[in-house]
Amino acid sequence: MRAVAVIGAGCTTFGEKWSSGFRELFVEAGALALEDAQLSGEKIDAMYIGNMSAGRFIEQEHIGALIADYAGLATHHIPSTRVEAACASGGLAFRQAVIAVASGMEDIVVAAGVEKMTDVEPGASTDTLTGAADREWEGFVGATFPGLYAMIAQDYMHRYPLTREQLAQVAVKNHYNGARNPIAQYQQEITIETVLKSTMVAEPLRLFDCSPITDGAAAVIVAPLDRAREFTDTPIKVLASAQASDTITLHDRRDISTLDATVAAGKKAFRLAKVTHKDIDMVEVHDCFSIAEICAIEDLGFCRKGEAGKFTADGETALGGKVPVNTSGGLKACGHPVGATGIKQVYEIVQQLRNDAGKRQIENARIGMTHNVGGTGATVAVHILGRV
Amino acid sequence: MIGTKCETCQKHFFPPRTFCPDCRRSGRIVSHKFAGFGTIVTYTVIHTANEQFEAFTPYVLAIVKLDEGPRMTAQIVCKPDEVKIGLRVKSVFRRIATDGESGIIHYGTKFVLAE
Repeated sequence: MRAVAVIGAGCTTFGEKWSSGFRELFVEAGALALEDAQLSGEKIDAMYIGNMSAGRFIEQEHIGALIADYAGLATHHIPSTRVEAACASGGLAFRQAVIAVASGMEDIVVAAGVEKMTDVEPGASTDTLTGAADREWEGFVGATFPGLYAMIAQDYMHRYPLTREQLAQVAVKNHYNGARNPIAQYQQEITIETVLKSTMVAEPLRLFDCSPITDGAAAVIVAPLDRAREFTDTPIKVLASAQASDTITLHDRRDISTLDATVAAGKKAFRLAKVTHKDIDMVEVHDCFSIAEICAIEDLGFCRKGEAGKFTADGETALGGKVPVNTSGGLKACGHPVGATGIKQVYEIVQQLRNDAGKRQIENARIGMTHNVGGTGATVAVHILGRV
Repeated sequence: MIGTKCETCQKHFFPPRTFCPDCRRSGRIVSHKFAGFGTIVTYTVIHTANEQFEAFTPYVLAIVKLDEGPRMTAQIVCKPDEVKIGLRVKSVFRRIATDGESGIIHYGTKFVLAE
């Protein structure tokens, strides 16, 4: 297999983007990535697009071709493939692009993600997201996505010493980082009180424990590492790409509070990259809910099970902590345009490794990790990226 | 509550499975009637619901471990402050949701407190 590098990365601002349609979002992110790699469109060999549910959000399917067309590549007839794994669609699109280049099948490949979520009413978007769980045996009986993660939180708090304040600190920390990220949906700092006084969504989770509904797109370009310097002075090497699956329902998991797919993909990624936890300078984890970040940092092995609340409250996951988590602001503050999230995580790590992360820059960042979850843990993609 | 059971390893499945994940092709799946009793593993109280359930909030949702072994997600018919992890529950056949005023009425399993 060939070594693979990221040679370009682009991302739209995230938010409720009333003036941009699905196509405009994607074209903007793609153009930024191409510009970043100083690459012209005709050099692209293939595209993989992460998108969860354009069918329900904008009633459009056949996203691969649509995007190739609006990227001005229809007459180039390149393969363009949509990848869907709910909230992990972006992470899997990136992995497919890496596999395509590593295998030698393609050279210059775009991995992108896009979601336009605000064209439907909130009730409809909540219902669409429930499709990431088991529609027949969870959604049908009244489960919502926040409801499922709330049941993880309830189980976790019953078994481990996690306080409501420690859980809120996840959102407080991610808003602090988001306030230092110019593409973030929310660039305001909040306090623990903001979280504790927000509307109850599904007990014990409140509004500020939940990631928002977001429009946005992100794109990265991957190429063989030995060609990377044709396009950039700062290629970022893909040290590991790992993916794992688990039961679609939460109730069938071995342990409600452990995402075994995170454990499996994380272990494999560390093994492939030949690095240890101490080598990771920062990690973007899938904090769709505050409890999800607590589980993620434990399941990836950054602290022991049951200790993530204290670890977070002690500032170990903050900028300057032992392992800064979600320097972008995470899904909570940067926003969560579902299919784009996995690519945005890679984008953020690339910014950090190139020393381009501005006010949220981690000093001497050399190796970073991304962790993207589909559903309540039925799909997980973990990537490790490093400076060359 | 009709689920399935694998006669090779005696494992019960609800929701029903037609393929035993442990015995795989050597599994022998047969229909099985569940007693309908279980224990609450975890729960939440839903305050913000999907479209079809907006009229019912706040309602209690839980993961129930059935006495035969499998776990399932279901609503618990009780007041939000009555639910606790570890409580015994019993299944009941109830209306789950309605597709608008003149649409299809969905029925399914909910649980009531058994103690």
